[in-house]
Amino acid sequence: MQSKRTVFPHRVLPYLLLLPQMAITVVFFLWPAGETAWSSVLREDPFGLKSSFVWFENYVRLARDPNYLGSFGTTAIFAASTAVVSIGVALILALAVDRTIRSASIYTTLIVWPYAVAPAVAGVLWWFMFNPTIGILTYLIRGTGYDWNHLLHSTDAMILVVLAASWKQVSYNFLFFVAGLQSIPMSLKEAAAIDGAGPLKRFWTIVFPLLSPTTFFLLVVNVVYAMFDTFGIIDATTAGGPGGATNILVYKVYQDGFVGLNLGSSAAQSVILMVIVIALTVVQFRYIERKVEY
Amino acid sequence: MVENRPVLDFICHLILIAGVVVVIFPVYLAVIASTHGPYDFMSGLVPLLPGSQAVENYSVMLGTGISSSGTPPVWPMLLNSLVMALGVAIGKIVISILSAFAIVYFRFPFRSLAFWLIFITLMLPVEVRILPTYKVVADLGMLNSYPGLIIPIIASATATFLFRQFFLTIPDELLEAARIDSAGPLRFFWDILLPLSRTNIAALFVILFVLGWNQYLWPLLVTTDPGYYTVVMGIKRMATVAESFPQWNLVMAAVVLALLPPVIVVIAMQRFFVKGLVETEK
Repeated sequence: MQSKRTVFPHRVLPYLLLLPQMAITVVFFLWPAGETAWSSVLREDPFGLKSSFVWFENYVRLARDPNYLGSFGTTAIFAASTAVVSIGVALILALAVDRTIRSASIYTTLIVWPYAVAPAVAGVLWWFMFNPTIGILTYLIRGTGYDWNHLLHSTDAMILVVLAASWKQVSYNFLFFVAGLQSIPMSLKEAAAIDGAGPLKRFWTIVFPLLSPTTFFLLVVNVVYAMFDTFGIIDATTAGGPGGATNILVYKVYQDGFVGLNLGSSAAQSVILMVIVIALTVVQFRYIERKVEY
Repeated sequence: MVENRPVLDFICHLILIAGVVVVIFPVYLAVIASTHGPYDFMSGLVPLLPGSQAVENYSVMLGTGISSSGTPPVWPMLLNSLVMALGVAIGKIVISILSAFAIVYFRFPFRSLAFWLIFITLMLPVEVRILPTYKVVADLGMLNSYPGLIIPIIASATATFLFRQFFLTIPDELLEAARIDSAGPLRFFWDILLPLSRTNIAALFVILFVLGWNQYLWPLLVTTDPGYYTVVMGIKRMATVAESFPQWNLVMAAVVLALLPPVIVVIAMQRFFVKGLVETEK
């Protein structure tokens, strides 16, 4: 691991400097994580009086539980849709901003601020617009003959949470695409233009391939965002309903553990989520290492 | 600009204006709703132009709150959110700049282990270890307190990495010169590293302030005393009650109050915000 050519010779001081970070990591991260792993192989009776070691029974039950497998599918659909919608919209906006000169900074300011809106607040905002009784968008959609009601229709509920989650995430992707577009050398685009390539042709043969590292990075980040940071959106809009149609994995851990008090199952679900986070982090960091080499 | 294509430029502006409208509309609607009286929603459609009740609604929310929802007035909740956001931002910056300093400027046994332990925190979001973390905080008697709200979410791998990355780019000659002038590590840290890190600290502060203000699940778990409710979680409770008693004007006034502070911070410090976002990459 990298460090400086010259360093300070102290023996105790570095440990003191690390102490706060380490103490918090051990007490609030490692210890709870270990506890989770341990209780995922236990089975507790409903009153919490005694628990018995059951090996991997909690995991086997999850693998056979149609609700849990359904939640996996729901999460996949939710994460994929959110990533595609927010990356697609952000890319179009970034390309448009890249063509404007004088007004670019005004547009950027007007587009980036939703990053600062809390997921739960974003959920309430979209829920208000799609409210079955007074929502403005509900009113407009009903005008076209479709009976929008996210409290009853599972597709409507999924569309609602995807829109709310994407609305918040577009600003983040937008900034990365703008940075990525600015780092593409003008000479490449000019050379292509002299050779007679129009804007669309230039986009597909030059701009998009050069943006692909950014796009891949954003794909990973957006999947992580949709899987773990959207708890507030789900809780504020649909609370996992109707009938589990928007019950993503993170929300199910909370519901089974904190509301349903099914501790063993909730712990096993947590462990599975940790494995997913570790896998995604590894993917993300391998990519970042490669980018550094460029 | 590669070539002059007025039609394409026009389309670009059209796309951007449409994008800005979509981005702003949900908040516009909330602002409009917060200026109306309680009966303006009975017609079955949200009004699209401002009403005349703005002052009443906001003073009710700040001063007394919605009594039926069991939440306190917005004013104390805003203060709680401010304490939490500042605590999270400053706490994260302090502990991660110290550990980055230790990892880069010292050589000691278990240095790699320390680095990897910090790395692990990246992989354990609160949402994943809800129950056991709650238990630890409860055992430590930190429920319903500011330390309970702040400390458990304060460890930060990304901030540590950012400072480590930045320290590695600082020329070694600075350290050598400081040591020749017989400056100790703490003096070097205070007089040289800290001033050099100012922009990085500002950039991180914006990101972490927003992160702290917007926490939802954690305050929901550790606070049962309304005196410690943060505004973001309080709104959820009000919105749930509003479904049966239509007080949308009041709920939306609270929504506007809750989203304004972090949005102002981001817009006012936009340069640092962009830098912080693009460089921390998470």
